[in-house]
Amino acid sequence: MNVLEASGLGKRYGGTWALRECSLAIPAGHVVALVGPNGAGKSTLLNLAAGLTAPSAGVVTVLGGQRPGSPAALDGLAFVAQDTPLYKNLSAADMLHMTRNLNRRFDQASAEARLAELGIPLKRKTGGMSGGQHAQLALTLALARRPQLLVLDEPMAMLDPLARHDFMASVMTAVADDGVSVLLSSHALAELERVADYLILMSRGRVQVAGEVDDLLAGHRILTGPAADAAGYSARPVVHVRRAEAQAHLLVRATAEDPLPAGWEAHPLGLEELALAYLREPGAAALPGPARGRDDEPSQVGR
Amino acid sequence: MTELRALSVPVRPLQDASLRPLPWRRMAWVTWRQHRFALTGVAAVLGALAVYLLIVGHRLHHAYAAASACHPASSIACEELVGSFNGTGHLLATSYALQALPALIGAFVGAPLLARELETGTFRYAWTQGFGPWRWTLAKLIALAVVLAAAAGALSALLTWYYQPYLAAGNHTLSLSEVSPLAGTVFDLRGVALAAWTLAAFAIGGLAGVLIRRVLPAILATLAAYAGLALATGLFLRRHYLTALLTSNPNVPASAWITRQWGTKAGKLAFTGQPPKSLLEALCPPSAVGPLGPRGKPSPGTLAQCISRHGYALWTSYQPAGRFWTFQWIEGGWLLALSMLLIATTVWLVRRRRGLTRRERTDGRRRPRRMHTHGVPGFPDPTSSGQVTHEMLAGAGINVHQPAVLQDADACVSVTHGVLTREAVARLAAGD
Repeated sequence: MNVLEASGLGKRYGGTWALRECSLAIPAGHVVALVGPNGAGKSTLLNLAAGLTAPSAGVVTVLGGQRPGSPAALDGLAFVAQDTPLYKNLSAADMLHMTRNLNRRFDQASAEARLAELGIPLKRKTGGMSGGQHAQLALTLALARRPQLLVLDEPMAMLDPLARHDFMASVMTAVADDGVSVLLSSHALAELERVADYLILMSRGRVQVAGEVDDLLAGHRILTGPAADAAGYSARPVVHVRRAEAQAHLLVRATAEDPLPAGWEAHPLGLEELALAYLREPGAAALPGPARGRDDEPSQVGR
Repeated sequence: MTELRALSVPVRPLQDASLRPLPWRRMAWVTWRQHRFALTGVAAVLGALAVYLLIVGHRLHHAYAAASACHPASSIACEELVGSFNGTGHLLATSYALQALPALIGAFVGAPLLARELETGTFRYAWTQGFGPWRWTLAKLIALAVVLAAAAGALSALLTWYYQPYLAAGNHTLSLSEVSPLAGTVFDLRGVALAAWTLAAFAIGGLAGVLIRRVLPAILATLAAYAGLALATGLFLRRHYLTALLTSNPNVPASAWITRQWGTKAGKLAFTGQPPKSLLEALCPPSAVGPLGPRGKPSPGTLAQCISRHGYALWTSYQPAGRFWTFQWIEGGWLLALSMLLIATTVWLVRRRRGLTRRERTDGRRRPRRMHTHGVPGFPDPTSSGQVTHEMLAGAGINVHQPAVLQDADACVSVTHGVLTREAVARLAAGD
């Protein structure tokens, strides 16, 4: 099952396209990181998936073909929006009660246990909570619905480093315990590196990179060599070039088996490095091709 | 960029397309919990008003009973009783103060209902729950509409009782205040009209909320729209519910709602409204009018007789008091239809979901204030994780090697959200 599928998806606000020609298929069972600069269309994509807005073009479905906002989609998808809006004048207990009333499934016991574990008093109003408690309560409400897909829109933007760590730990526990799929947008690349096993990189309203993190990392190398030779390198597609005095660092789409030109060294790279390189080169793309084997070279490359 | 053409997984048959909707009663608790303050506020205002009406109404009924039973009517004692009745609670019978009630309920309960969700972003919580956005909206609107209309209906039952003394036939001959039941000051406070107007105000508020998406402007828009509708109805629409009766008989009953008066002479329009003063003084000075009415003034009948002797005819177009309930049902009916239409439109807008979300604007929120205020005004805003890239700096035309920038980076150990650190700026400056 694909937790999210988009085909030619676009969303226009006034005259500007927040999201354009977005085609995606995200398989279930992943923690998917959605990365991109501000205004890249991340929130728009997540709002479309949650059924909060209707597309201007194309189609989006969730949870194996369900229309966003349909009863089945609402039932299986839990959405925690940016800044985790909750009713300020309601207590944590009220929010649990409300969420229980508004959903088919609600695991009251586990939600209460989680809040107790986090030290969030049930009587406290959400307006009086710290950013971390607020976000944790929103996550607790979402997880207690026992969703198949948890969508988090920049859940960590307002949290301090410790709260970020605790929040992601909670998400990962849910992934391990319930097998929930997670789709998460964030700027915190370092945090994502630890948890995400699927990366979608967006910029300027388009999907730039999409794929499993392991495949993406295995398919990219940093080549270090003399700056003078950098321009001549064309054996593999180059994503990004960084020059530091006499040396050039090329981020190329190549595996460990690819031959190396004389005088060059190859290094593996991390998710953060990969993401930053693509963010700096909005024209580059790495997308999974149709009907390609996992070991095939990535097929869609443009500069 | 090449386009991805084929999606790998076919759309599966909907395994749970037959999911039964959640029962409506689940919204009862939700609605109460969210709107208990607004509802308690309405109950408090209406309750206080009811107590006031009961107390004053009691005095009014007593004063009326005493004044109407007094004999002989021309005695000084009776005139005092009449004066006491006419002075009691007079304000409510002759002012439009209570007409603001539905507008206030609509503005303060109806307008924030959806505007607050959209303004604070909580709709992203509410409309992604299993209950579903449009059913959530419909359940809330209907539940609150019924409760508010019922409360207004209860108050209008009390008002119906309160106004009874003013509406009794024959008041006029006793010099007691008399009001037509169709008059603008009382018509929409009695019968079904008050409930219907409250319903309409609430429905206007709901729609304004979803269209305007901000609480205060939605409240103001609701008040304006309601005032416009109520004025248009009172001034232009209501008098045409049924064809007005026309008479040249000057003795129109005091309970009738006079919609238009004019005078003709020899088949031509001579004046509109009451006969002008100059005309009366010229033709009918008090000496020429004849016997005076009970309070020393000529009655309209005698004046009309006087000017008719000079060839004038006084025409009156009016709605008789007997049409009260017909008018009530007409007004209640179209207001109910309008409210249903407004509620349906509101639910449809929520269901359609187009234009409910706006493009997110997060950039301005987390400004690196220290850099801005420490002499680098154009310093770019970092991403929410505190990243500032060379491209962002280059785009802002800032050279990180400038002494001023380095100096300010030193002061920027903890910028607003604590992520952009001195190290980060130093790293940028070092060209890493």
